[in-house]
Amino acid sequence: MTGVPAAAIRELAHRYAEADRAQICWTLGITEHHTGVDNVLSLINLALLTGHVGRYGSGLNPLRGQNNVQGGGDMGAIPNKLPGFKDITDDAERGRFERAWGMPLPAEHGWHLSQMFEAMDRGELRAAYIMGENPAESEADVAHCRKLLDGLDHLVVQDIFLTKTAEYADVVLPAAADWCEADGTVTNSERRVQRTRKAIDPPGQAWPDIKIITELAKRMGHDWGDPTAEQAWDELRSLSAMHTGMSYQRLEELGGIQWPCPDENHPGSKLLHERLWADPLEGQPAPFHACEWLPPIDTLTEQFPLRMTTVRRLDAYNTGVQTDGYTSPLWERESLRISPEDARRLGFADGDRVLISSRRGAIEAPLRVDASLRPGLTWMTPHSTGEADVNLLTNESWDPKSGTSEFKATAIRVDRVTPEKQRG
Amino acid sequence: MRRNAPVMLGAIRRMLDFELDGEPVRAPEGSTILDVCREQGIDTPTLCYLDNLTPVNACRVCMVEVDGSRVLVPSCSRDVEAGMVVKTDTERVRHSRKMVLELLASSTDMSLAEDAVHRWMDSYGVDIKRYGPPGPPAAAGERDRRQAGHHHVPDGLTAETVAQPVKIDNELYVRDYARCILCYKCVEACGEDAQNTFAIAVAGRGFDATIATEFDVTLPDSACVYCGNCIAVCPTGALMPKSEYDMRQAGTWDETKQDQVTTVCTFCGVGCNLELTTQDNRIVRVDSPIDHSITNGHLCIKGRFGYAHVQN
Amino acid sequence: MDLHLGRATASTAERAAVDAELGPPATRWEGGGRDRAEDGRVSYGGRDARSQRHLLLPVLHAVQKQIGWVSDGALTYVAQRLTVPPAEVYGVATFYSMLSIRPRPGRVAHVCDDIACRIGGANPLIDQLTADFGPAGTPRGDATWIRSPCLGLCERAPAVMFQLAGDEADESHAPAAANQVNAVLGGGSPAVFVPGSTPQTLPPRDESLRLLRRIGVADPDSLDDYRAHGGYEALRRALQLGPAGVIREITDSKLMGRGGAAFPTGVKWSGVASAPARPHYLICNADESEPGTFKDRVLMEEDPFALVEAMTIAGYAAGCELGYLYIRGEYPLATRRLEGAIAQARARGLLGLDVMGRGFAFDIVLRRGAGAYICGEETALMNSIEGYRGEPRNKPPFPTVAGLFGKPTLINNVETLFNVLDVILGTGPAYATVGTEKSTGTKLFCVSGCVTSPGVYEVPFGTTLREMIDLAGGVRDGRPLQALLLGGAAGTFVPEEQFDTPLTFEGTREIGASLGSGVIMLFDDTVDLVDILTRVAGFFRDESCGQCVPCRVGTVRQEEALIRIGTGRSNGSTAADVELLAELSLVMKDASICGLGQTAPAALQSALALNLLGVGASGAADTSTTPESSTGNKQRTPDAS
Repeated sequence: MTGVPAAAIRELAHRYAEADRAQICWTLGITEHHTGVDNVLSLINLALLTGHVGRYGSGLNPLRGQNNVQGGGDMGAIPNKLPGFKDITDDAERGRFERAWGMPLPAEHGWHLSQMFEAMDRGELRAAYIMGENPAESEADVAHCRKLLDGLDHLVVQDIFLTKTAEYADVVLPAAADWCEADGTVTNSERRVQRTRKAIDPPGQAWPDIKIITELAKRMGHDWGDPTAEQAWDELRSLSAMHTGMSYQRLEELGGIQWPCPDENHPGSKLLHERLWADPLEGQPAPFHACEWLPPIDTLTEQFPLRMTTVRRLDAYNTGVQTDGYTSPLWERESLRISPEDARRLGFADGDRVLISSRRGAIEAPLRVDASLRPGLTWMTPHSTGEADVNLLTNESWDPKSGTSEFKATAIRVDRVTPEKQRG
Repeated sequence: MRRNAPVMLGAIRRMLDFELDGEPVRAPEGSTILDVCREQGIDTPTLCYLDNLTPVNACRVCMVEVDGSRVLVPSCSRDVEAGMVVKTDTERVRHSRKMVLELLASSTDMSLAEDAVHRWMDSYGVDIKRYGPPGPPAAAGERDRRQAGHHHVPDGLTAETVAQPVKIDNELYVRDYARCILCYKCVEACGEDAQNTFAIAVAGRGFDATIATEFDVTLPDSACVYCGNCIAVCPTGALMPKSEYDMRQAGTWDETKQDQVTTVCTFCGVGCNLELTTQDNRIVRVDSPIDHSITNGHLCIKGRFGYAHVQN
Repeated sequence: MDLHLGRATASTAERAAVDAELGPPATRWEGGGRDRAEDGRVSYGGRDARSQRHLLLPVLHAVQKQIGWVSDGALTYVAQRLTVPPAEVYGVATFYSMLSIRPRPGRVAHVCDDIACRIGGANPLIDQLTADFGPAGTPRGDATWIRSPCLGLCERAPAVMFQLAGDEADESHAPAAANQVNAVLGGGSPAVFVPGSTPQTLPPRDESLRLLRRIGVADPDSLDDYRAHGGYEALRRALQLGPAGVIREITDSKLMGRGGAAFPTGVKWSGVASAPARPHYLICNADESEPGTFKDRVLMEEDPFALVEAMTIAGYAAGCELGYLYIRGEYPLATRRLEGAIAQARARGLLGLDVMGRGFAFDIVLRRGAGAYICGEETALMNSIEGYRGEPRNKPPFPTVAGLFGKPTLINNVETLFNVLDVILGTGPAYATVGTEKSTGTKLFCVSGCVTSPGVYEVPFGTTLREMIDLAGGVRDGRPLQALLLGGAAGTFVPEEQFDTPLTFEGTREIGASLGSGVIMLFDDTVDLVDILTRVAGFFRDESCGQCVPCRVGTVRQEEALIRIGTGRSNGSTAADVELLAELSLVMKDASICGLGQTAPAALQSALALNLLGVGASGAADTSTTPESSTGNKQRTPDAS
C-alpha cells in the first residue's frame, strides 16, 4: 500500500510504543488529502493505543502553517462554531452571544471554504469579503477558482498586499500587518494565546483590521465605538470560558497562556487530555475510529504516470507574498523536482524546460533532478505562481469532513515544451 | 549527546548548604555556582555561557576559587555541593578574570562586545598595551589555511591577533572573525543546542582555530539555513545581520533612536516571540527573547529576516 | 540526520580507501547505488547511522594513507558514510597535524626539531634538507619534508618519521642522516628500525629488571615466545583471583598511575568495577607525546603481548568487554607490533568472546592518533576516539563515572598496565615492598640529551637524580652540566643541589617538581637554553587545542614574550616581560581546562626561577633599560620556520 517495507514500519511502531515519551507532529502531508481526517484519526488511534496522550512529552501535535490558524478557530472563524468552540446550533450557547451582542444569530452551520466555492459555482453565493487570504493563488484547481471569483457580484478584499485575489475585487481595503503594525493576540499550535504588539506605523492609508471593521459597521449603521484591541479581547473573555482568565496583563506576565484558562488564578493548561489518565475515568472514554484506506482521487494512469506533491521551502511562505521581499540565499527558481531515474527514462536533463500537465491544466517549468526522490514521485512549491502556477494542476477534491483539498497527490505527465529546440 | 534531554517533570530537589564569599547559602541540588552567584547578585563575568546553550566552559572568565581545588573552577558548569566553600573575589580570581579578558582583548576586536564585557574589562583593569602593538591582519582566508601543529615563529615585536577581512557572502549576515573570541556559542546554536544544522564547526587548532564551514566554503554553499541563531548568541558582534552591518558602515546605526517591541512571528503556528528593534519607523533587527519558553531565543530564516514585506 | 553534502565527489581511489575501512555502503543514504528500491522509502540517517562516528579518525587515516591527503570530495564521502556533518568532519580533519586537507606530496619526512633532537643533531640535518629541498614544506617531485614535534626516539636523536602514501608502511628512523632521508624521499624504502634503545637490557643484562625483563629477550612478533618467557601467567593467576581479588592485589600494591597524575590505580579500578552504568570501557593511553618521552614506545615495540595481557586483566577486573588502545600516530613500528599481537591473541582465544575458555569476553580495538599532543589528556583522548575533535572535557564528571561514550571508563597509561602484570605475578603487598612507602614498585625513566648512554632505565622508586645520571654514564664527553629538565616539556628544571632528591612522587613534589612522564634530559654548557625554551613555548603554542582562552592565547603571548627577552627586544623592560610571563603563568595554571595549559609555563618559570636565562624570575637582578645588556650573549634572531 505504501511501499515502505513492513519491517521498517514494524520497527518504528515498536519504538514508538515502547518509548517513555513520544509525540506525533505533522503538517500538511497528513491533512491535504481527500482522506485527511482519516489520516489524522489513524494517528489518534495510534496515540490512544500506546498511551501517548495526556502526558508531558507525549501527544498529538499538528503544526499549524500560520501563526493564528488556531486563533481563527478560537474566535469562531469557522462555519459551525461560536468563539470558544461552542456549537452554533446549541440554543443556550447561541443565546448567550445573542444577548451580549443584542441581535439574533443564524442557528445553522455555515459553509466552509470549499463549500463556498461550490456555492459560487451554483450561483448561491454572489458576494464575498476576503480578509488576508489569497485563494486566487492558493486554491487547488486555481483556474476554476479564479473563474468563480470573477463571476461574483461583489468582492471585497482586505489585505496588507495587493494580491492576485485583490485584482478580482471591487473594493480593496488596505490593512495594517497584524503582527507588527497593530496590537492583538494570536493562538499558536499548542493553544497558547500570546500578545502581538505594534512596533511600526502602517504605511499610507492602511488601518488595523479592527478599525476597518468598526468603521465599516459604523457606515452600515452600527456604532460599535472605537474599541481598542484589548477591549475587543475583554469582550471575548466575557463570552468564551476557555479564555476568561487571560487578561492582557496576565498574558504579558506569563508570556502567553494555554487554553483552557477559565479564571484569573488558573495557570493555563499545558496538557489537554490529562483526564484520560484519571482513575476512574472522568467523562467519556476517547473513541477509536475505524478508517479504511482509500487511494488518492487523482489516480495514476499511463496518461498521467507521475505523482506530484506540493511542498514548502524553508525560506518561503505559501504564495510568497510575504517572503518575496527579502533576499534569501536559499532562494531557487521554481522547478519540478524529479528523480534521476524518471528524468533519464523520459530523456530529460537537469534544467530542461518541460510542460507539466494534470487532468485540470498545464504549466511550464524547468526540471530539477533530485537524488533524494524515489522514482515516480515529483514535487513543486506554491511559492512563485509568477514562475509556475502550480495550483493550475492540483486537485480540488476535498475531504468531506475537513473541506481540505488534495494538494498532496496530483497525477501529472511531463512532456517536451518545444521538441524541435530540444533536439537541436 | 553530552546532555540529558530536558525534562519538565518537577522532581523535588534537595537543598544544599554551602558557603559563598563567607556567607552561608542554600541552593537546590543541580544549581551551578553561577546560578547561585546570579541569585545572590554577585556580578560574574561570562562570555561563552548563555542560558539557552549547554555550557562549554571554554572562555574561563567565570572562574571562582573552591576550597580543596588545586585550580580555579568554572562557575558556569560546576554544580554546587553541600559544604563547598566558594570564593568569587580573591586575588587569584581577579587575576584570572583580568588575564582572560586581557588575552582576548589583545588578540580580538572587542569594540562591539556587549556593554557588560566593557564594564568587566574596566573593572578588572585590562591593559593590552603590554603585549606590544597588534600584529598585521591576516590576508583573506590565510587563517583558514593554517596547518595544525605548524606556526611561524614570531619576532615578539607585535602581538599576534585574529584580525582578518570580514566575510560577506550572502545578503543576510556577515561574519567578521576579527571579532571572534571562539566562545563556541554559534557552533552550539547551529548544532545540537538549537538548529541541528551543523553548518559550522571549530576547525584548526590552538590559536589558529577558527569557526568554519567544511573547507571554508561560503555560507550559500554550506548547510547553513540562515536561521541566524548564531547571530543571536554572538557576544562580540562577529556575527551580525548584514542590514545592521551596512547601517554601521554607513554610520546610520543609531541606538539612541531605536526601540524594542516584542511581538509574535507571523509565519507559522509555533508562536515564536520576536523582539523587533526599530529605528525611524523601520525594523532594523530581529531577535527573540532568550527567556521565552517557546523558542528560548531561537528563530528561523523567515522569522529573523522575513520582515521586508512591512518595511516602509 | 539530514546531511547537506557539497558538490565535491570522491575519486574512485578515495572511495576505495574509505570502503576498504568501512566495507561497501549498504544503502544509497550512505553513498551506495540507487538500485535498492526500499532506499526510496526508508531513510537510514538515524541514531544507528550516527553511532558509527567513532570510525571517523580511522577512516580519515585510511584516506590520508592511501591518497596522501584528504580532499573535499573524500571528506564529503566520509561524511555521508558515517552520517557526520561535513563541517564537523572538516573540524576533526583539521585538528590533527598528520592529516592534510590540502594536496601534499605522497612521501613526507617529519623531521623532529624538538628539544632532544635539537641538541642531538637535528639542526645540521635540517640545514642539509633545506639545502637539498628548500624550506620545510617545499615539494620536490612527490616528496617533501616538514618539521615535527618530538617523535619519541630521543635516545637516538635526530629522529625522522616517514609518512608514505600508498601501500608502503610508515616508518620512523633514528639517528637519521640527510642522505638516508633523501634516499627515502627519492623513493627508497625507509630504513629498518634498529633496536638498541634500552641500555640496561644490553649485555651484561641487569637481571633485576621487572618491566623491561622481556625487552631484547622475547621475540615481539611471537606469542609462543612471549609465553615461553612467562607470558599469560599473570592472566591465568588473575582468573584464579577473580575480579575482586585482582582489584584487591592492585589496591594492596599501592600502585600509582604512571601517566603523570599519580592517582592510585586500585581506587580507579574499583571505581569503574562498581559503577552501575553499563557497558564499562577500558582505555590504554598509549598517546605518549611528551617531548623527551619514549619509554612506552620501547615497551610496546619490544613487548607488545604484555600490554595485550595487561589490558585483558584490567578489562576482566573492571568488567569491561571492550578496550581501546589509543596509540600516538607517530609510532608506526609499535602500532604494527601491537596489531600483530592483538591478532595473534585473538586467533588463540586470548581475546574474544570466551577468553582462555573461561567465559568472559574481552577484545581490543587499536586506534591511532594523528598528531595531537593534547590527545594524551584522557578526556581529549576519549573525544578523539568518539570521532570528535580532541578537546578536553570539563571534569567532573570523571571518566570512572562518565567517560568514553558517556560510560564508566577505566583509563590507564601503558607503563601502569605493565606494572599490573608485575603485581599479579606476585602479590600486592610484595609489590609494595619495592620502592618507597608512597611510591611503590619500579619506575621507567627516559634519559636523553647530553648524556653518555641515553635510553630507558628501570629503577626502584627512590633512586636519586644523581644516581640516574651516573647510571646513564654521566654528561656526554665529560662536559659541565648546565641544566637538567625533569618531567618533559611540561616539567621543570632541577638545580644540581637537589640531585640527591629521591625520585618519588612525594620527593619531587617536595622540591616543587614532578616526575611527569619520567623524562630526565641533560643540557651541557654548549646548549642554548633560550633556544630550547623557545622551542618548548612554540611546542605548546602548536599543541594547544584552542578550546580555552588561557591556553589558546596564553601560549602565544608566552612565546612572544620569551622571544622578546631572548632577542633583547622588550617593549618596556625585560623585567616587565618577565613579570608578564609570571602573570601569564598564573592564569594558565589556574584557569586552563586541562593539564596542557596548566603545565605549559612550568619549564620556563622554573628556568627563570633558577636564573638559567640570564634574567631572574623577578627580573630584578638583571633589570636593565638597555635590553641588550640584560641578555648578554644570548641575543639571537629567531628562525622563521
